[in-house]
Amino acid sequence: MTLANTCDVAIIGGGTAGCAAAVHLRRAGMQVILVERDRCGGGASGVNFGGVRTQGRNPVELPLAIRSRAIWSTLNELLGEDVEFDATGHLKLARSPADMAELEAYALLAREAGLDLTLIGPNAIRAEVPWLGAAVVGASLAPNDGQANPRLVAPAYARLARRLGVDIREQTSVTAARRTEHGFEIDAASATITSRLLINTAGMGAAAIARLFGEEVPLEAMMPNMVVTEPVPYIATRSIGVCGGDIYIRQIPRGNVIFGGGRGGGDWMDWRSRSSTETTLTNIPKLVDIVPAFRDALIIRSWSGIDGLTPDKLPVIGPSMTTPGLLHAFGFCGSGFQLGPVIGEILAELALKGGSSSPLDAFRIDRFTQPGLAAATA
Amino acid sequence: MTLPGPPANVRRTRVVIIGAGPAGVTAAATLARHGVTPIVIDEAAKPGGQIYRQPPDGAARPPREIYGFDAAKATRIHGLFKDLQSAAKIDYRSQTLVWNITRNEQRFRLDLLHNGVQATLDADKIILATGAVDRALPFPGWVLPGVFTLGAAQIALKSQGVAIGRRVALIGAGPLLPLLVNQYLAVGIKPVAALDVAPFIAKLRAFGGLAAQPATLLKGAYYTARAAALGCAITSNVRSIRALGDSRVTGLAYATADGKTHEIACDGIAASFGLRSESQLADLAGCRFEFDNASRQWQPLRDRVGRSSVSGVYIAGDGAAIGGADVAELAGEQAALALLDDGGTPTSVERRHTLDRALRRQSRFRRALESAYPFPAHLVANIPDGLIICRCEGITAGQLRDSIARRHPTDVNRLKAFSRLGMGRCQGRMCGHVGAELLAAHAGCGIVEAGRLRAQPPIKPIPLTSALATEVSS
Ligand SMILES: Cc1cc2nc3c(=O)[nH]c(=O)nc-3n(C[C@H](O)[C@H](O)[C@H](O)COP(=O)(O)OP(=O)(O)OC[C@H]3O[C@@H](n4cnc5c(N)ncnc54)[C@H](O)[C@@H]3O)c2cc1C
Ligand SMILES: Cc1cc2nc3c(=O)[nH]c(=O)nc-3n(C[C@H](O)[C@H](O)[C@H](O)COP(=O)(O)OP(=O)(O)OC[C@H]3O[C@@H](n4cnc5c(N)ncnc54)[C@H](O)[C@@H]3O)c2cc1C
Repeated sequence: MTLANTCDVAIIGGGTAGCAAAVHLRRAGMQVILVERDRCGGGASGVNFGGVRTQGRNPVELPLAIRSRAIWSTLNELLGEDVEFDATGHLKLARSPADMAELEAYALLAREAGLDLTLIGPNAIRAEVPWLGAAVVGASLAPNDGQANPRLVAPAYARLARRLGVDIREQTSVTAARRTEHGFEIDAASATITSRLLINTAGMGAAAIARLFGEEVPLEAMMPNMVVTEPVPYIATRSIGVCGGDIYIRQIPRGNVIFGGGRGGGDWMDWRSRSSTETTLTNIPKLVDIVPAFRDALIIRSWSGIDGLTPDKLPVIGPSMTTPGLLHAFGFCGSGFQLGPVIGEILAELALKGGSSSPLDAFRIDRFTQPGLAAATA
Repeated sequence: MTLPGPPANVRRTRVVIIGAGPAGVTAAATLARHGVTPIVIDEAAKPGGQIYRQPPDGAARPPREIYGFDAAKATRIHGLFKDLQSAAKIDYRSQTLVWNITRNEQRFRLDLLHNGVQATLDADKIILATGAVDRALPFPGWVLPGVFTLGAAQIALKSQGVAIGRRVALIGAGPLLPLLVNQYLAVGIKPVAALDVAPFIAKLRAFGGLAAQPATLLKGAYYTARAAALGCAITSNVRSIRALGDSRVTGLAYATADGKTHEIACDGIAASFGLRSESQLADLAGCRFEFDNASRQWQPLRDRVGRSSVSGVYIAGDGAAIGGADVAELAGEQAALALLDDGGTPTSVERRHTLDRALRRQSRFRRALESAYPFPAHLVANIPDGLIICRCEGITAGQLRDSIARRHPTDVNRLKAFSRLGMGRCQGRMCGHVGAELLAAHAGCGIVEAGRLRAQPPIKPIPLTSALATEVSS
C-alpha cells in the first residue's frame, strides 16, 4: 500500500479521543490520517480503571459527561463489537457525616446540570448494599454510571476507523508540526503529512504539540495506581468511589476486583509508568474496610498509566487560540475514558462546523496564561 | 569511648542474592570469601534450589536416595551453605518471596513477602539466581486432575517421597525425562510409559557436542540405558499425546513416529518440555532481553561474566539461561567475582580464567543438548481450537485465534489485552510462550516480533491480608 500524505484532517495521538474523532470525521466524508506513537489505545486509554462515571465531576464537565454516557449505551452497535460496558451504577460513599453533607450538596448541583443522584442514608445503605463495611455511613448513587473494558474500546474505535478508510500509522511519532499557508505540515517518521486541519489528541504528549503553536499548558503527568485481584465471589455489583477520591473499586462478573487510588510512578518522558508498592499497601486497608468480603483475596497484578493533569483538573477541549484550523483535546485529569466517545463527536463538530452543541467555555486552552500572552508568542 | 570506624556517611554496599540454589549458594560463598556479607533470600524453606531441594523436617532420607548420582554435590552445597550460615557470613532469609524490584537512583528496592507479611529491603547490588520452571505445553487433556509437570512430579518425590500415581506416564523433551524415570525406578515405581517428543536422531547428531562434557553425557546415557534395562525403555519421537479421562486422568493416548497410535491406562501423567528461565525479576529491574533461538525463549541479556544490562544487577544460573546445576555453580561464582571486581575488590584473575574456560566448555555441551532436545514445534503446530491454553483464565486456542483474526494484535502483550491470555494468577508464566507461538503462526509474524509478556508486580500472587496492620504481630 502506498500512502498518500495529504488529507483533510491529521490527528496526532490514537487514544480514545483521537480514534473516536477519526471515526466521526471519516463518516462525514473527510480524508483522515491518524498518527500514533505506539499502538492505538496503548496509552492511558488502554490501561485505565475502566470507570464510566458521571458522578463527582465538576458541574461544568457534566453536560459532556451526560452526553457521552448516552453514547456508551449504543457503543457496541457503533463499534461492531462488545466492549463490555456494564451500567452497574456508581456509588459514591460517605465515611463521615461531613462526607454525607458533601454528597448532599453535590446532588443539588448535579440535578441542576441534569444528573439525577439518589442519596442513601445510614440505615438504607445497610439494607440496600449489605456487602459494604461498617465504615460506610451513606452514599450517593448514580444509577446509570458503569464500567467497561478499557483494553477494548480505543482499539475498537481504531479498527472501525480503519474499516471506514482512515489511514492509521502506528509506531510513528510526530516530531514536528507547523502551520503553512494552506493548513498544516507534520513530520511523522520519514513522511511529511499535509492537512487542512490538525487535531491534537496526544494525551500527555499534547502539551509539547501545543507549545509548537505558542500555547502553554502547565500539564503534569498523572499516574493513577491500579491493582487487580484474583477472581472472588461476585458481590460488588456496583462501581464504588468515595468522598476524597482516595480509593475506587469495581468488580467484574468473573470475580476479579480492580481497585485504584493514589499514584504510581515512572517517567512520562520515556512513557514508562508503574504501580507504587507504598500506594498499593496504603489502599488495601481502605479496600477491606469498604468491602470486608474481599479480605482474603490475592493480588495478581498492578500497573499504572499516564494521563495529563491540568491545574484546575479540567481538560483542554476546543480550538487553538493562536492557530486557525488547530483543535485540541487533552489533559483529561484521570477521567477521560468516560468522555472519549463524546470527545470524538465534539472534535468532528468543531472541525466540520466550527462549533459544538456542547458548552466548551470552561475548557479553553488560554485559561492558564495571561490574556494576550499566547498571541504574543505565536 | 567508641572505636574509630568508617565515617558514618560511608555505608556498606548491600548485596542481595535472590535464590539459594547452586548459583546463589556459590555466589554467596564467593562474596563471603572476599569479606562481603550478602543477604540471601529464597522462597523455599531450605537452601538447595531445585536440583538440591531438601525434604522438609521429618521427611529426611539419605542423600543418595534423594539425589542419586548428585548426592555428593548436594551434600557439598548444603554443607557449604550451612558453614556460611553458622559463621554468620551470610544473612539468610528463607521462606521469603521477592515479588517486585524497583530502581530508584542508584539503588534498588525489593518488595518482600515473609510469613504472610510485607517487608521491603534496599539493595545496592543484586545477584539474581532465580532458577527455572518447567516449560509446559498444552495438549488435549492437560488440564485434567492427575496431570503434572515433570518438575512437580520430581518435587513431590524429592521433598515428600510421594509419587503422582500408581500407574504413572512420564513425557518430556529434555534431560529431565530419563532422570525422573530413573528416580521413579529407584524408589521402586516402574512408569507405565516414558515418552520423549524429541527425535532420537537429533541426539545422535548432537553427540559430538555432548562429548564436551563426558561425565554429564555418561550420566544421561546411563540413565537412558538403565531405564531400558529395568524394562522402561524411553520411546523417542512421539508425535502427539492426549490425556484421557472425564473428571481425572484414566489413560494416555499417543502416536509414535511409525504412525501407530497407542493407548494405555494410567492415573498420573507428568509432562513438560524443557525448562524456562524465571526471569520476571530481571524484567522488573529493567534488564534488556534477547530471544535465544536454540532454546526458543527470551533471556535477559548479560555479558560473559553475568552483568545484566542494568548496572548493579547480575544474573547467574538457570534464571539467566538454562544450563543445569554445574553451570549454575560456576556462573554464581563468576557473577560474584564480577560484582566484587566492579566494586574495586581484588579477585583472582587466574580463577576468573578457569571459570571462563569451564563455562565455555559447558556452553558447547549446552548447545548440543539443545539440539538433542529441540523445541517440540509439532506439539504447538496443530493445537485444536477447543484446547485451553491459558488455564487461569480458561482461554482456548480457538478464542486466541479468533482474537488474532478479528482484533489484529501485533504482539503477545496486545493479545493479552484483547483476550485475557496470561491475566490470571500465573501471570502468563505457563502460557505466555504458547500465546506467542500461536500469534506467530496465525498473524504470520516471527516469534521475535510476537515478543514476550512484560512482567508486572507482584510476580506471584500476594494476599491482601499481608498489608493489614493487624497481621504484623504474627
Ligand atoms: C491508570 C489510569 C486510570 C484511569 N481511570 C479512568 C477511569 O476509571 N475513568 C475515566 O473516565 N478515565 C480514567 N482515566 C483517564 C483516561 O484513561 C484518560 O483520560 C483518557 O484515556 C485519555 O484519552 P486520550 O485519548 O486523550 O489519551 P491517551 O489514551 O493517552 O492517548 C494519547 C496518545 O497519543 C500518543 N502520542 C503522544 N505523543 C505523540 C506524538 N508526538 N506523536 C504521535 N502520537 C503521540 C500516545 O502514544 C497515546 O497513545 C485513567 C487514566 C489512567 C492512566
Ligand atoms: C522442577 C525442576 C526440577 C529440576 N530437577 C533437576 C534435576 O534433578 N537435575 C538437574 O540437573 N537439574 C534439574 N533441574 C534444573 C535446575 O534448574 C538446575 O539444575 C539448577 O537447579 C539450577 O540452579 P540455579 O541455582 O540456577 O536455580 P535453582 O536451583 O532453581 O534455584 C533458584 C532458587 O531461587 C528461588 N527463587 C526464585 N525466584 C524467587 C523469588 N522471586 N523470591 C525468592 N526466591 C526465589 C527458588 O526458590 C530457588 O530455590 C530442575 C529444574 C526444575 C525447574
